[in-house]
Amino acid sequence: MDALINALYSIPLVGLVFQLGGYIIAVGPNVAPGILQAATPVALAALCGVMCERAGVVNIGIEGIMLTSAFVGWYAGVLLAPVLGTADLGPFGANPALVVALVIALVSGVLISWLHAWLSISVRADQIISGTIINIVAVGLTGYLNNLISKASPNGAGAFTQFKPPHELTDLPVVGWLLGMFLSQGPIAMSVIVIVVIFQVLLFRSRWGLRSRAVGEHPRAAETVGIDVIRVRYRNVLIGGVFAALGGAYLSMEATNSFQQEMTTGRGFVGLAAMIVGRWSPVGAFGAALLFYSSTALGNSIKFARPSGDLGTILVGLPAQLYDALPYLLTIIILAGVVGRSIPPAADGQPYEREATA
Amino acid sequence: MWSIVALPLISILLALVVGAFVIVASQLVLPGAQLDLLLPVTAYSALLQGAFGNFDAIVGTLASTAPLVLGGLSVGLAFKAGLFNIGARGQFLLGALGAVAAGITLAGSPSIVAIPLALLAGFLGGAAWGFIPGLLKAVAGAHEVVVTIMLNYIADGVITAVVGGPLRQQGRSEAITPDVGNAALPIIIGSTGHAGILLAIIAVVVIGWLLFRTTLGFEIRTVGANPDAARYAGMRPRVVTILTMSLAGGLAGLAGAVVILGVNHLMTPSFGTTAGFDSIAVALLGRTNPLGIVAAALLFGALRSGATLMEILARIPKELIDVLQATILLFLVANPVLQRLFRLRGVKSGLDTTETLTKTYSGEAVVQ
Repeated sequence: MDALINALYSIPLVGLVFQLGGYIIAVGPNVAPGILQAATPVALAALCGVMCERAGVVNIGIEGIMLTSAFVGWYAGVLLAPVLGTADLGPFGANPALVVALVIALVSGVLISWLHAWLSISVRADQIISGTIINIVAVGLTGYLNNLISKASPNGAGAFTQFKPPHELTDLPVVGWLLGMFLSQGPIAMSVIVIVVIFQVLLFRSRWGLRSRAVGEHPRAAETVGIDVIRVRYRNVLIGGVFAALGGAYLSMEATNSFQQEMTTGRGFVGLAAMIVGRWSPVGAFGAALLFYSSTALGNSIKFARPSGDLGTILVGLPAQLYDALPYLLTIIILAGVVGRSIPPAADGQPYEREATA
Repeated sequence: MWSIVALPLISILLALVVGAFVIVASQLVLPGAQLDLLLPVTAYSALLQGAFGNFDAIVGTLASTAPLVLGGLSVGLAFKAGLFNIGARGQFLLGALGAVAAGITLAGSPSIVAIPLALLAGFLGGAAWGFIPGLLKAVAGAHEVVVTIMLNYIADGVITAVVGGPLRQQGRSEAITPDVGNAALPIIIGSTGHAGILLAIIAVVVIGWLLFRTTLGFEIRTVGANPDAARYAGMRPRVVTILTMSLAGGLAGLAGAVVILGVNHLMTPSFGTTAGFDSIAVALLGRTNPLGIVAAALLFGALRSGATLMEILARIPKELIDVLQATILLFLVANPVLQRLFRLRGVKSGLDTTETLTKTYSGEAVVQ
């Protein structure tokens, strides 16, 4: 077996592919939790996109919602830590200030989404312009406030920590690494899987899901059977805001314990691409997010465990910026390859006007 | 005249009011800051002084207006073809990189050769970054919003890698490129008024001529208004899409080149820009019309230029300009509400040229 592997590895050029495959299999279990962590904010952004666009509202302001919530969550923690205390509540390193700050972060996400909902549903503004404005507002306000606040370099309320699954589970053959991937996580990353499953079932198996999809495909028909199109759209955009806010909070309250200017670095937009690639389904979007960020986790792994042979020489020789840019490159490439076959909801992005008022 | 400028003017005034509110309110959330109700007045007068206070300030405003005109033309031109160029930032950076690469190569050549070639390199760098989303939209139907944003982040990586690598000046401890030497734009007025101002004026004339006096311009506007009708009329929406995005990228690239050759004269890995959102704001406020873009660019040029003095005198972070910018756009977009509120009749709505934007979202309206 070893002889065969060595023979495969030593083929010029093609051998590199085998070496890469071997490396991925070798480090896979170790990088798997990292993939989910890197993909978490993007997956949540994608879920927000699915939630909005299934009801016919294009939301490119997800990035701005995430950034706002990342800032609000972090700064709420700063303000609340002296008031509520940071006594450890037990699991996930949660403390009172941190938990309340998370709730405030989610509320801020809903409020910003409400602005987008109002502009695109009630005012019937161009939804892409509306989303862009949300993004500019978020960058400006968080940058402005962060600039004022950071002069005092305040301490936050800390961050959620990862759960450590017992050895007996992660050492199981075959499924052990998968369990490790989903269990060695903080509360927000872990909740993503739960949200994806529930969302998928509800969207395609519940009354609410059917109504949402009807509003996104053919609002006029939905209205004639008594569905309040405006209300469904508002509700979905606001719920989507909770998802995006959770993704933003993940960045400043779980992945790190601080806020940096423009720390979302395009994740909201990668999320939109994941949504398209995942064909507007929660499970598909989640899978696409994992795919986009597997490259990041692999890039990180190369820093710690250098692959052997020619592959190692090549991978280490590549500029570090290439690894940082990989998710963006992958997003473009996969998006360009898949988009023609991925069909959006029919009324996506079209403002709805009631006949009575028209 | 009033019908055209009414909404933008009201939006700007309301945004200044909101900005004043933000300045006062932000004192409340900060621990230990005492409340100064006159701080907005201090801030805005410092802003005004920094933008127009004396001859040098006015020249500074003009110099920071020039790249905004080019960026606004870039986004505005794309709007005309029904495309949303959110990637002006990446195109600006690649244009700057192209200009600095050509500039340091030609640093010793006569200016008459070095400057045009460095500008051309900047144009081509940006055009390449605009060509990619144009091609992907025309051929694969990938919406330009996602692709251009991804390219913005990739551009950051490219800048860091190239400035820290091939273009790095030897014998310096920090990563920094050599000076562009003779490729630097000449100063034509005051101490900072570089020739980029002239270039911006020329670009306005050329783009205005292209849009309203040529067949290509007619095709661009028709494709933007109705791609299906354009196709039935025998136009080629795909070609127009690719061409427009490349041209838009080139204009944004030229903006980057002007900043490098006119102001910085060299590049560091952290070279960044607010050109992305600025260009969008300029194009929208200027109604994607070349003359409107000049007016809007002057406004944002003055705001960006005056922000430095505001930061010094009133200790207001210059991100306040971003807040003002976003609020102006917010009021422009909410124009039906403003019209009802101020009982405006017969005024033109703010953003009528962008109606087809969302229609082409997610590849639906890719035309054969």
